[in-house]
Amino acid sequence: MSFINYASREINCKIVYYGPGLCGKTTNLQFIYSKTAPEAKGKMISLATETERTLFFDFLPLALGEIKGFKTRFHLYTVPGQVFYDASRKLILKGVDGVVFVADSQEERMDANIESLDNLEFNLREQGYDLKKLPFVVQYNKRDLPNLVELDEMRRELNPAGVPDFEACATTGEGVFETLKAVAKLILIDLKKGK
Amino acid sequence: MTTPQMVMFEAEFKQLNYILEKLLREANAKVIFLVDKNGQLISGVGETERFDTTSLASLTAGNIAATGGLAKLIGEKEFSILFHEGEKDNLHISIVAGRVILVVLFDSRSSLGLVRLRVKKASEELSEIFENLAKRAEEKEKSGESDFPFAEITDDDIDNLFS
Repeated sequence: MSFINYASREINCKIVYYGPGLCGKTTNLQFIYSKTAPEAKGKMISLATETERTLFFDFLPLALGEIKGFKTRFHLYTVPGQVFYDASRKLILKGVDGVVFVADSQEERMDANIESLDNLEFNLREQGYDLKKLPFVVQYNKRDLPNLVELDEMRRELNPAGVPDFEACATTGEGVFETLKAVAKLILIDLKKGK
Repeated sequence: MTTPQMVMFEAEFKQLNYILEKLLREANAKVIFLVDKNGQLISGVGETERFDTTSLASLTAGNIAATGGLAKLIGEKEFSILFHEGEKDNLHISIVAGRVILVVLFDSRSSLGLVRLRVKKASEELSEIFENLAKRAEEKEKSGESDFPFAEITDDDIDNLFS
């Protein structure tokens, strides 16, 4: 849950990037990091294995600016995508304010996408969250690759509720900021309602 | 939702810092941080400018979450104290009021025994403040009163953040 500090006039929100292994969660964060002004970002932390697979999480703090005199900070986290790191994924979802599901658009990864989305719903439910009520956006990543699943089919499988969704290519940055903006906006709208 | 929203007010913030400053002196520590279990930094005293406090907060929370997971696997509720010993600096990490994490960084000018002793006393005082905060938040919710600063934000305010 977001943390509101009236003393330092700050509001902190946590966004988690979820998705199957090698779908591009870390690449999303790396792109955001590379394109953000130095004064608006903190250090990016990656707890990864020697082969650069995420082991625990990546973390990127962003300070976007002020709303009503409150500094608005977003803490971006990724989860490790590989199936056997489920215990770690659960931990990272604690206190989440919004979720980005990064799907891999390649045909052979469609099963992994569906499995990961189920896993997300399950892990959230275990912590008392309902994905339908949480700020949630979907990103169809790797749209630059050849063996793509049609967008309609991906939507049908991964976004039946019709939440905001975006085509992306995280390596070139296409769709990356659009995705982030969409989820940040949903979180702020949620905060506006005063939850 | 499992964890209620954390809200910090000016008066409590001052009280917290007073306790942290006192602990800093009495434990002979270099820096002390108070971190939310979700990884948000609440406050820090001492030589804070020497450290990347945001990263420290997030990693501490990850650390507590991971050891908490381990604890559950072996049938413990949690490990309430963690101690990391370095060549020069050491970290003493403890859970306060089941909700926040107290991080004390100290070197050879202090000792684990002293830090443990002082942390124990400070924890009791801190717990009291967090209980008060929780009560205050609850009362506010019950009365339906809202001085929430975001209640009046417009779509333009949100869009401006990204311009």
